[in-house]
Amino acid sequence: MNEKMTLIAILVAAVCTLLMRALPFTLLGRKREVPKKIRYLGRILPSAIMAVLVIYCVRDITTDFSGKGIREIIAVACCAGIHIWRKNTLLSILVSTGIYIALSYIIV
Amino acid sequence: MEKSTWKTAFTKSLPIMGSYLFVSMAYGLVMQEAGYSYLWSLLTSFTVYTGAFQFVLATFLSSGASILTVALTALFMNSRQFFYGLTFVDDFRHMGKRYPYMICTMTDETYAINCSMLSTTERDPHDTEGKSLTSKLSDKQRRDIMFLAAIFCRSSWMIGAVLGGILGQLIPIQIEGIDFCMTALFVTILIDQWRSTKMHLPALIGGGCGLLLLFLIGADRFMLPALILVSGLLLILQKKIEPEEGTNHE
Repeated sequence: MNEKMTLIAILVAAVCTLLMRALPFTLLGRKREVPKKIRYLGRILPSAIMAVLVIYCVRDITTDFSGKGIREIIAVACCAGIHIWRKNTLLSILVSTGIYIALSYIIV
Repeated sequence: MEKSTWKTAFTKSLPIMGSYLFVSMAYGLVMQEAGYSYLWSLLTSFTVYTGAFQFVLATFLSSGASILTVALTALFMNSRQFFYGLTFVDDFRHMGKRYPYMICTMTDETYAINCSMLSTTERDPHDTEGKSLTSKLSDKQRRDIMFLAAIFCRSSWMIGAVLGGILGQLIPIQIEGIDFCMTALFVTILIDQWRSTKMHLPALIGGGCGLLLLFLIGADRFMLPALILVSGLLLILQKKIEPEEGTNHE
C-alpha cells in the first residue's frame, strides 16, 4: 500500500471503530431496549470471531506448510498448552513467541 | 480533583498500563518490521485505539487488503464495544465535556475498571449527583476516576507503540517472527473465552468456517466471506444455541 492508501485504511478503521463505540449513545440511546437478536449476537460473536482470527493468523499453512506453517502450528500448540496450564497471558505470549523465533532458525 | 481520586485512578490503572505498554510495544515492533515507522503506529493508536484489531490492521496494511475488508473486520472485531457502551450510557452522559472522550476510549480493560467500581458502590439508581450516603465512592468521584483511568490507559498505549517502533529501528537485525505475538495474543483470548462459557458451538463454528474457507478461497481473501458465513450460521442456529448458553440471562 502506498502512503495515501495506508492513511485511508487507518482512517476508515478509526471511523468504523468509533461507530461501534458511539452506537449505544446515539441510535439506541433513547430507547434502552436493544433488540434480542443483537443481544444474542453480542454474546456469542466474540468467541466465534476470535476463532476465525486464530485461523487467519495461521493462514500460511496453505501456502508454506513445511516451513512457516509447521512453525506456527507448533508455537500455537505450545501457547495453548502453556495458557491452559498456567493461565498467565503474558507468560503464554512471551514463551510461545520465543519458541516461534527459535523455530525459525531451526525450521527454515 | 482530590489527591485521593488521582491515587485511586492510578492504582486501578497500573496493571492495565503495564500490560498495555507491553502489548503496544509489540505492536510498534510489528509495524516497524512491516515497514511502518512509529509515526504510523502513533497515528493508529491515537485514532483507532483497540488492541487486537490494530495487529490485524498491521497485517492488512502490509498485505494490501481491500478497504471493504478493513472496514468490515473493524466493525466485526469491535462490535463488543457496542455492548460495553450500553452499561455506561447514563454515566457518560453525566460527564459533560468528558462525554465524547469517554466514548472514544472505552476498551475491554477500561470497561473492566469501570465495572469494578460499579460493584463496590451501592448505587442508588436515582441518585446521579452523588449525594447518596451509602456509597463508598460518590458518583462524582467514581466518574473522575473513570476519566483519569481512561487517560492513563490510553497514554500508556500510545507511549508503548512509539517505544516499540523506535526499538524496532534501533535493533539492526530484523527480528524474524516477532509478529507471532499477535497469534499468541489471540490464542490466549480464545482460551479465556472458551473457559468462561459452556457453549462452545460459536467458537467451533468460527474455527470450522475459517479453516474451510481458508482452504477453499485461499489465504489472501478468505477473511471477509468467513466473517459473513459465521454470523449467518450463528443467526440460523440461534434457536439451538440460545437455550444452551447457560442461565445467566439478564
